[in-house]
Amino acid sequence: MLKISTGNNAVAAAVRQARPAVIAAYPITPQTEIVEQLANFVTEGSLDAKYIPVESEHSAMAACIGASITGIRTFTATSSHGLLYMNEMVNWAAGARLPIVMANVNRALGPGWNVWAEHTDSLQARDTGWLQVYVSTVQEAYDAILMAFRIAEDKRVYLPVMVNLDGFTLSHITQQLFESDVGDFIPPLHLDHRITPDEPKGYGCMTAAHDYFRIRYDIERSMRDSYAVIEETEAAFAEKFGRTYGYTDEYRCDDADVLVISLGTLGKEAEVAIDLLREEGIKAGSMRIRWFRPFPVLDIRDRDLVIIDRDYSFGCGGILADTIKAKTKKDCFSVIAGIGGQEVTYHDIAGFVRNRRIGEELWFGVDA
Amino acid sequence: MYRTFMSDLPETEYILKCTSACAGCSTSLILRHVLSAAGPDTVLVVPACCTSVIQGIYPNTAFRVPVYNVAFAAAAAVASGMSAAFEAMGKKTNVIAYAGDGGTVDIGIQALSGALERGTNFLYICYDNEAYGNTGMQRSGSTPLGAKTTTTPGGKMDAKKDLDRIVAAHNIPYMATACSAYPKDLIKKVKKALAIKGPTFLHILAPCPPGWRYPTEKTIEIGKLAVKTGVWALYEREYDTVTISGPTKAAIAKPVPIEDYIGAQGRFKGISPDTVKAIRLDAERNIRRLTREAEGSC
Repeated sequence: MLKISTGNNAVAAAVRQARPAVIAAYPITPQTEIVEQLANFVTEGSLDAKYIPVESEHSAMAACIGASITGIRTFTATSSHGLLYMNEMVNWAAGARLPIVMANVNRALGPGWNVWAEHTDSLQARDTGWLQVYVSTVQEAYDAILMAFRIAEDKRVYLPVMVNLDGFTLSHITQQLFESDVGDFIPPLHLDHRITPDEPKGYGCMTAAHDYFRIRYDIERSMRDSYAVIEETEAAFAEKFGRTYGYTDEYRCDDADVLVISLGTLGKEAEVAIDLLREEGIKAGSMRIRWFRPFPVLDIRDRDLVIIDRDYSFGCGGILADTIKAKTKKDCFSVIAGIGGQEVTYHDIAGFVRNRRIGEELWFGVDA
Repeated sequence: MYRTFMSDLPETEYILKCTSACAGCSTSLILRHVLSAAGPDTVLVVPACCTSVIQGIYPNTAFRVPVYNVAFAAAAAVASGMSAAFEAMGKKTNVIAYAGDGGTVDIGIQALSGALERGTNFLYICYDNEAYGNTGMQRSGSTPLGAKTTTTPGGKMDAKKDLDRIVAAHNIPYMATACSAYPKDLIKKVKKALAIKGPTFLHILAPCPPGWRYPTEKTIEIGKLAVKTGVWALYEREYDTVTISGPTKAAIAKPVPIEDYIGAQGRFKGISPDTVKAIRLDAERNIRRLTREAEGSC
């Protein structure tokens, strides 16, 4: 069914299709619409779930953990300070190998108070053991949520998945949305390690170094196994619904001499910049990174890289740029742009490409 | 005379004889009674506390019910989610959060308050050894006035936080206090709490030999002294109805001097007469308030 939807409402619609049994949620701008919409679905009876209106984000993730370990499907959504406040439990969810799905609406961190888009919130959670996908359209937000449940609940993975969408520039914009009957795309959850009085076990007990080390390594093994699960799931999704996704979303990259690499909605803006640059005779392409964890193998060859970070790791660099430099052993022009909702147009992005200085870093609009 | 006979207690054991508890630990004794009252269809949610250690080291566990260990501040919220999930599945499994005083009156109080306010169907038990025992006896909000801990080497300057009145303010269907030295009373209260749908709460005094600095064999005696002196009052509260329990009724009729309780513990060594008086006045105020409530005169 073709509809018009915001990013937030698309997330809520996809969650309803996935039919979680427990949702624990706490409001925060710009995510609030998601949990409001889910509360509406539960109240009107179109979603048969327990909705726990917790008193904090720490408790939201804690309640999802308590529900998930019984072997039922859970969902929550957050943003920015909410994600940071629940960080302890975000780590716990992955360590406990729980297939929780969470939407994070990317937003800047205070002080000062700023509700606009930035990726530093979720990128701070990159080492938690969660899979992370970044989306750029309303349709992609919807589709990513559906796939997230299937990927998280696959026993080769059994890790939580965070679906990231930009605050306001995606959460609150309106685009077309094909809503589909999901049918059997997400199989019933069977959590092998679910807690049950029939089989008393200790969970998360005191664990000495040898066993602890092995358990942590097991998380990484599942992360590596998740590459195949992501590929299978995206292929199955394409077959069933006709929409194709991958680790990256590449636009005119095949013959490009220079690649613009980014996360989220900036990647869509970059595509317009690419068309502009091509008209000028500059063979540019856009490579939007979708999956940040597990991090994909990138086809960058010997091309110039212009990497846009809507985030920063102080004392080090743009987090996406640093990751790609470390993974590819290749330098880039690192552009820090869009922080705290700063407007970045396709003209600006085209300018980054034209004036690229490989090996340097630019704080857009701030650097002299 | 309130007495307990071993023959009064349930026979099934849910804690095996291989825990890592300190000698004379009343926390493991309390849990033994809690589980024998709750039975096998039970899941424990345990935040960081002595019980995280007592159950043993992976891959072994001394407990015969499933234990979900969680982060320090998270017990009540995790139990909320678990309770909702079991309800969604149509299961009647008991969800019991079993937390120390630090994880309840301090770092966990927000999650506890939220879970109580939301009407969560679970039993929350705070076993109170009046300090952060697991980390080596630092002061908690539940440490009594005058008690020495590793972070109050001169004795605590502030009074014990009144957790029970905070919980009571949530108007839950059932809450009660108990003490490890009165197992029959404790078991009766656990059974009563678990039979009631909605949030229920038990606050159980858990004397701690290394923390309170008394010989390990005196754990029961110290617990009895706490009740007999009126420092620890046993009662039940069902919404606005308060019932004072038998041992505390006896203590009200014939109280033992508070000095007997304080003098038996090294943590109160060197306490000033003024501080002892302040503790006595506070205990008396508490008993008076409970008595008035039990008589329906307030």
